[in-house]
Amino acid sequence: MQKMGKQKNKTASFSFWNWVIASIIFRLILIYFPKNLNLASRPEVSTPLTSFRRLAEGYWLKQLSMSPYAGFSFCFFFFSLCPTFFNFFFILIRQKKEMYLIFLVFGYSGSMYHGSPLLLSLLGPLTVKRIEGQPNHLLYSLVSVIADVVSAILIRATGKNLRLAYLRSLESLDIVQQTKASGEFFKILSPGDAAALIYLWNPFTIVACVGLSTSPIENMAVILCLYGACSRLVPLAAFGWVIATHLSLYPAILIIPVIFLLGCGPDAPPRKLFLQKNNKEEVLSKSKLRLGFSWRPITHFAFWALLWSAYVLVLCGISLKQFGGLWEMFKSTYGFILTVEDLSPNIGVLWYFFAEVFDFFRNFFLIVFHVNILFMIMPLAIRLHHRPCFLAFVYIAIFSMLKSYPSVGDSALYLGLLGWFVNELADIQFSFFLFCGYVGVSLLSPVMHTLWIWRGTGNANFYFATAMVYACLQIILVVEGVSAMLNHDRKLRNLATSKPQDAKS
Amino acid sequence: MTLLQRPVLVLLLLVTHHLLQCWIAFGSVDEEGQKQEEFNEELLLKPLPDRTVLAHFHFQSSAPPSTSNGRHHHLFPKAISQLVQKFRVKEMELSFTQGRWNYERWGGFDPIASSNAKPPGVELWAVFDVPQHQVDASWKNLTHALSGLFCASINFLESTSTYSAPEWSFPPSSGNLRYGTLPREAVCTENLTPWLKLLPCRDKAGLAVLLDRPSIYRGFYHSQRLHLTSTGSGSKGTDSGIILNQALTVVLQPIQPNGQRASMDHASEKHIQPSWSLSSIFGKQVRGRCVLAKSSKVYLQLDRGLVAELKRIHKENEKSVANGLTSENFWSYPSFELSANPDRIVVEENSLHSKSSSILYNFQVEKYSESEPLDLGLTWKIPVVWLCQSAPLHSSRYLMGSGNERGAIAISLKSTQLREGFMGAFADNERCELRVDVFQVVPWYVKVYFHSLQVFIDQQPKAVSDVIEKIHVSPSKDKVSPGMMEMVLKLPCRVKSAALTIEFDKGFLHIDEYPPDANQGFDIPSAIISFPNFHASMFFLEDGSVNKSPLLSKFQEKSPVMSYTEVLLVPLTTPDFSMPYNVITITCTVFALYFGSLLNVLRRRIAEEERFLKDKATKKTGQLPLLLSKLSAKLRGRPWEPPHSPPSSSFFISSKLVFKVILVAGLAVSWQYYFS
Repeated sequence: MQKMGKQKNKTASFSFWNWVIASIIFRLILIYFPKNLNLASRPEVSTPLTSFRRLAEGYWLKQLSMSPYAGFSFCFFFFSLCPTFFNFFFILIRQKKEMYLIFLVFGYSGSMYHGSPLLLSLLGPLTVKRIEGQPNHLLYSLVSVIADVVSAILIRATGKNLRLAYLRSLESLDIVQQTKASGEFFKILSPGDAAALIYLWNPFTIVACVGLSTSPIENMAVILCLYGACSRLVPLAAFGWVIATHLSLYPAILIIPVIFLLGCGPDAPPRKLFLQKNNKEEVLSKSKLRLGFSWRPITHFAFWALLWSAYVLVLCGISLKQFGGLWEMFKSTYGFILTVEDLSPNIGVLWYFFAEVFDFFRNFFLIVFHVNILFMIMPLAIRLHHRPCFLAFVYIAIFSMLKSYPSVGDSALYLGLLGWFVNELADIQFSFFLFCGYVGVSLLSPVMHTLWIWRGTGNANFYFATAMVYACLQIILVVEGVSAMLNHDRKLRNLATSKPQDAKS
Repeated sequence: MTLLQRPVLVLLLLVTHHLLQCWIAFGSVDEEGQKQEEFNEELLLKPLPDRTVLAHFHFQSSAPPSTSNGRHHHLFPKAISQLVQKFRVKEMELSFTQGRWNYERWGGFDPIASSNAKPPGVELWAVFDVPQHQVDASWKNLTHALSGLFCASINFLESTSTYSAPEWSFPPSSGNLRYGTLPREAVCTENLTPWLKLLPCRDKAGLAVLLDRPSIYRGFYHSQRLHLTSTGSGSKGTDSGIILNQALTVVLQPIQPNGQRASMDHASEKHIQPSWSLSSIFGKQVRGRCVLAKSSKVYLQLDRGLVAELKRIHKENEKSVANGLTSENFWSYPSFELSANPDRIVVEENSLHSKSSSILYNFQVEKYSESEPLDLGLTWKIPVVWLCQSAPLHSSRYLMGSGNERGAIAISLKSTQLREGFMGAFADNERCELRVDVFQVVPWYVKVYFHSLQVFIDQQPKAVSDVIEKIHVSPSKDKVSPGMMEMVLKLPCRVKSAALTIEFDKGFLHIDEYPPDANQGFDIPSAIISFPNFHASMFFLEDGSVNKSPLLSKFQEKSPVMSYTEVLLVPLTTPDFSMPYNVITITCTVFALYFGSLLNVLRRRIAEEERFLKDKATKKTGQLPLLLSKLSAKLRGRPWEPPHSPPSSSFFISSKLVFKVILVAGLAVSWQYYFS
């Protein structure tokens, strides 16, 4: 039976790689469409934070030795065709009539780019590099594709990890047979493969990847963090967390699930159950499951997180040395995220709210909306502390719903992670309704946008309505997901406690 | 008794006052030598090729450096003098314009076109003589002062998002320059009246009498301008002289007097230029000069193209008639008739850029009086067609793209007939380059992507670095500062057309930031295209009269040819202005839904709840003690067991009381601490 299982696994993994390759090919085909199907300028794909054009603008300004953000910078001469920098004045004097470019720049710089300076130095050159005969931004797109594939592989590895942990916990609770017998679990492919394929083939992910947004990279950082925490690679987890936080601030709250992951290991049924079990059957050794909370990895994590953040800050400081330093960076990245300055339409609800709300109440509502994210951290952490990966999923879903500038790339991340819990969330309510809702909104929203912006026949309210529906769908998904997970725990407990009496409750 | 005394007293007062004034005046004369405050008024009339007439009023008041500046003036407007002193203005120009100068028809090369053609609405720039960090404060105060002085909403230029600080592309290139425009400002008589108030004779005497409101606002173009320069060392504050130039440029359509040309056949009437006179275009005549003016002159200018055309016609006639007129005689009206005899004829020195030179007929207003008013008129005898000299490249600007999400601004430069004419000599030279400066300000809600700048020459895309020699960009900051772009283009001389395109995204504003008529769109101020290699100046033979005339000396000043492009109207999407309450309530409902339902799910415990209820029913203990006991059990690390002894529950009740008391006390203390 085990052999059969292995064989099955092999075929599954083979088809998995087929699907991965197919997804890469599909992306490449889309990339070779002219102008990337205009996806780069869709409001669903490129928010002010993830927009490719803004990245290119920031890089251009940086090349002109101007601050990509703001503040005073020095006057610089920039010779693009200058052979060396040493005889720069010579050239200036001698070849006055030669073709070269003098950029004389100083003064304020704009409020176009709001991303990280590291991203600017890493991805910036790719925005201008062109290969003859190839699409304009091929290199940049390839980076996105690679980021997606790496994310998918990491998701798969984490999913396998989770599955192992789950099996182990079931074994230790001695209810494997019942769950198998009940036929509800483990009849479909492993959660890792499912999650990875969902992530790769999700239209949202594909659109974000082809639309040249930076969200594949942000997502990869988040997944790196979770993968590191799941497989107890503390430096990797810290790195992922620091980079994800640096890129888009909100993943900072993932520190709680990461601590739980490092402290108590991956998802398992409530610990109380084991304790009860242990009370009943002292035979079960503790070697299989660590039930305590170990502080060592957490101190490691704190150390590494400090180290990485210091490293990132130093790098940013170096790249922004002449442009007003780190304070400018914080003001125009985190400040921009927190104060919702840009009111251009996106799939979130905050843009219209802050375009309409009275200025007097603006600060109040800014606080309320951000605190809404923070308020839910503690209750969820208390209730789901035994399932840190699911907790991370819920946090990601919540902040990608309530963040200032949401894009489909964020949704792609939590929808992909949803695949990890296919077994646990098998009996989620309204799943068909949710699926139809997602499909409907993702079809209607561009239509309403076109009606409003391009045709001029619609109204802002039409588009806002789809954004509201989308927010509601995500709320239902989160609420039902949490509810299903709690029910699942309850069911496991019932199975574990009432095993002697009634096996199939 | 008292009745008798009063007139005497008044008389005494008057006499002493007059004496005092004389004394002060003489004192100032003594101090400054012969210099006195001066006022000159001049009017330039010029027939334009499209059957219209340009009238350019030029009033110059000058105050020499004096210690009494800003406190006492004879002729110079005190308000302006105080303004200059208060805000340490080195140079300033304010223009109110309605209509657009038609560069193709009315010319773009002469001094009037390049320095008096202004963008629609209000344009203000000022150079301050203050340290760098005070410039913005001075600018803000200046806008408010001018706003009050001219009954216009110039105070809107106060906010940092409306003005910019060009570095070098704007001609009076120096630091401490601030430049702002209000393209949508409506210009009307309420702006003209305060402007006329600055003249010593207002519009009661002199040339300003002609400024009859209905006739000047009927024209195609109307621009009133105020330019002041403060001379001398302004560092001491008081002792700086000020020269104030007020210019009003109007392009008017003469009303054809009915029946005068009834005999002429229609075909020739179509081609013949309309005849006009001061009374026919303004409805008024000049009845003498303003007594306070030092000089008062009227000029009639025939521009270069017209003169060349007249010469050609004359030569043709010469062949047939052969009466041997000298060139000087030729100018006594072969093809047109003037209703008054000119006092002088000023001929322009042959300019570098064109074959012929323009001619000015000078009329001294002193000679005319109430009984014998000057009603200068021009009557054409033969049809004449000519073209005004235009700038080397004709510039226009337009928007590209549709929809309300993004678009592109294109500035196109097209060569004109002028360049083909006089650049022929240079065009053979491969290295010949035409330098064009572009200065463009865009408001922050038009989010320009500077990296998308593209240059096309003769419809061929070119590398930006090949064409743009120098570029200075200051990107916009949301709600703080506008975007500004200064560029120096080096175009090959043979260029037929050049175009610059730059993409932008349209921003979304808060509902309070939309103007009342939001769906009309937003204006992008005119771009300024200047040609530093070409100077729009006229040279006259060194002559006493030329030096005396401020208008002609203004014409002689070397200034680069400049032209303004059109104002662009960008439609922006609007939110629903009637929705704020709905949006707030609906969004808050969604947030409440999220918060409530998630909390509800987290709180719900089916099995525990039942057991808990059972416990409660049996033991009737409070909820909080139970939780506290659980908490304490957790803290101690022991599995929780339900409390089963009444004494322990009573202990928890007491602790609950203590807790409540402490909580209330803490709240009260903190309240006191923060709100007292």
